[in-house]
Amino acid sequence: MKHTISILMENRFGAFDRVANLFSGKGFNLHSITIGETELRDVMRMTIVTSGDDQIIDQVIKQLNRLVDTIKVVDLSEHDRTERELALITLHYEKGNLQEIKNICDIFRGRVVDINNKSVMLEITGPPAKIDAAVNVLMPFGIKEMARTGTVALKRGEQIRQPQEVG
Amino acid sequence: MAGTKMTGAEIFLEMLRREGVEVVFGMPGGAVIQIYDHLHDVDFLKHVLVRHEQGATHMADGYARATGKTGVVLVTSGPGATNTVTGIATAYMDSTPLVVFTGQVPTSLIGNDAFQEADIIGITRPITKHSFLVRDVDDLAPAIRKAFYLAKTGRPGPVVVDLPKDVITAQTTFRYPEQVEIRGYKPTYEGHVNQIKKAARVISEAKRPLLYVGGGVIMSGASQELRYFAIENNLPVTMTLQGLGAFPGESEQSLGMLGMHGMYWANQAINNCDVLVALGARFDDRVTGKLETFATKATKIHVDIDPSTIDKNVRVDIPIVGDVKRVLKLLRQYMPKKPDTKEWWAQIRRWQQECPLTYEKSDGKLRSQFVIERLWEKTRGDAVVVTDVGQHQMFVAQYYKFQHPRTHITSGGLGTMGFAVPASIGAALGRNDYPVFSISGDGGFAMNMQELLVAKAHNLPIKFMVINNNYLGMVRQWQELFYNEKYSYTDLQGLNPDFAAVAQSMGIKALRVARMDQVDDALQQLLNYSEGPMLVEFLVEKEELVFPMVPAGASVSDMIVERLNPQRMV
Ligand SMILES: Cc1ncc(C[n+]2csc(CCOP(=O)(O)OP(=O)(O)O)c2C)c(N)n1
Ligand SMILES: [Mg+2]
Repeated sequence: MKHTISILMENRFGAFDRVANLFSGKGFNLHSITIGETELRDVMRMTIVTSGDDQIIDQVIKQLNRLVDTIKVVDLSEHDRTERELALITLHYEKGNLQEIKNICDIFRGRVVDINNKSVMLEITGPPAKIDAAVNVLMPFGIKEMARTGTVALKRGEQIRQPQEVG
Repeated sequence: MAGTKMTGAEIFLEMLRREGVEVVFGMPGGAVIQIYDHLHDVDFLKHVLVRHEQGATHMADGYARATGKTGVVLVTSGPGATNTVTGIATAYMDSTPLVVFTGQVPTSLIGNDAFQEADIIGITRPITKHSFLVRDVDDLAPAIRKAFYLAKTGRPGPVVVDLPKDVITAQTTFRYPEQVEIRGYKPTYEGHVNQIKKAARVISEAKRPLLYVGGGVIMSGASQELRYFAIENNLPVTMTLQGLGAFPGESEQSLGMLGMHGMYWANQAINNCDVLVALGARFDDRVTGKLETFATKATKIHVDIDPSTIDKNVRVDIPIVGDVKRVLKLLRQYMPKKPDTKEWWAQIRRWQQECPLTYEKSDGKLRSQFVIERLWEKTRGDAVVVTDVGQHQMFVAQYYKFQHPRTHITSGGLGTMGFAVPASIGAALGRNDYPVFSISGDGGFAMNMQELLVAKAHNLPIKFMVINNNYLGMVRQWQELFYNEKYSYTDLQGLNPDFAAVAQSMGIKALRVARMDQVDDALQQLLNYSEGPMLVEFLVEKEELVFPMVPAGASVSDMIVERLNPQRMV
């Protein structure tokens, strides 16, 4: 089963490398990894999508916690959460099917962000499953290039506690 | 000193002084020459010049294991740093506190493939507890403070501090960081009281309880608590390789080592116990054998300071995260009653008689086991015994009954050949209560024998023993048992030097022994000689095997206890 893990960590040289290293070194699955700033200048949030049985996920969490630079590690799969991903998808089009592509894009509430006489670039955001579905439907048109950001996620309602309060 | 401007090099030394560092193992080079320039003039610490940086990390490791203090290493950038890698990995696997300072090219050149540049932070990332690349001289004192704090607290481990040359030469106002605040790092020392109470209840109800003791007991200084707890409740104690010494080996309650080359009765006890109490141990594969069949009948209690060891290999029923010493103290208090272990002990005694630890003694040939047995008789546990890796290491673990914590020093997790010679030098520098024995095989001895020069330079009274079977014996053993006796590249006959002569060439007193009747005298000479290092090479039976043995990946009940065809021996 897939697990979405949220990590607050020190915004410090080498902190990201340690997390990435852990996944290769321990042979954990890594489906996506994102990193970005948070409301706190010296704290970064990393969102990782991994998979494995309960014992492996237990180890993933424990090993992440063991890193000195991680401040808080939460398995969001155990919580009510919002997950989002953004995809940029470039497709070839021919005269006949541009409208069709546009329609599909609208269904997924996407936007056309670039177009020239051969190809069109769509921007689609939403839960990862929605992106999967969009990709699936667009595949027959010939996807030329695609970039997905990977999942970002936050717990809903009651937020993860501020790092200052941790421990 | 506060308020005065100091260079990075001066701050470095001032921090070592404040950390109470007594000895640094190192080798100079361009990137750290400025530190060495100051080192020459300080008198609060001893610098030990090594002959290879691997030796420096193993010496620091041996020092740390023998004393409980943190081992400190100082090397230059590039090759100096990369040479420390095996020693860092060795320390990491056995949770030894080390702080390794590596020189680095100036910050402006990092990433340029500059002369003697190596990304040592990247290289050592998977084998360190943490590391610091100090990019500003203002960060130097805090980084060093944190490095020592991290190395020693929680589950100990090696920490690397990378020091670019411009940081060492830059000046700043020195401020000692009184507080260490690392918000992502808060080791749990106190075990959960309810869990401890639950464990106490389960142990007191047990019919066949067993304590399975690892190196964590020694690290947390819990040996005395363990002794009380085991004696009060009449519990059998088995130990891992790293745990040897945590509980007196001579005690009737000690079952000795368990695992791949463990005692038959210890492994039987594991298989049949109804409550298994793991203390500062990590269910390593050399201990458990096939996981599916490991201690299947037992309710498992696991006490460890590192939460990640819990449920890692074996599912436990009562996990207790905390310092073993503190947990044991409470466990003793909460025991509602003693378990009734009379029948259990009777069963264990039967196993002990069924399959005692023995070897061939009647043919008059000199065997490694005999040498170790005699060493035990001569010292009775009042010695620090450092071993290398291989058959001799297992013979020591089996035949030497370690009595005290921090007297058995060996590379267990990584199994690093070449460890014993330098590690014993570190141990000898840290300890003078007991004589230090350094026992290596012929293969492993040759891996770091250059460090004998260091023992000689400091006239350390180390008793070096080379157990020479002219084979990479442990690999040969696997080839005999599992690879159709095809001895591919393990025979060192004719390739080995005269090890005694090697030592003598360094001005070290040395002799060779080939017969059983020479052993006692040689050991006595080793014990008596206190002016400096001495070496005895024991020319032992070539094709001896370590038994009992659980083949890798097999169940501990599938032990091989003896060679099927003893006639095969020449
Ligand atoms: C650095 C290193 N290289 C290789 C090995 C694999 N290995 C394990 S035991 C062994 C043979 C050791 O031979 P020796 O030092 O003569 O000891 P003996 O087993 O004969 O007592 C080898 C090569 C190792 N453990 N460490
Ligand atoms: Mg050998």
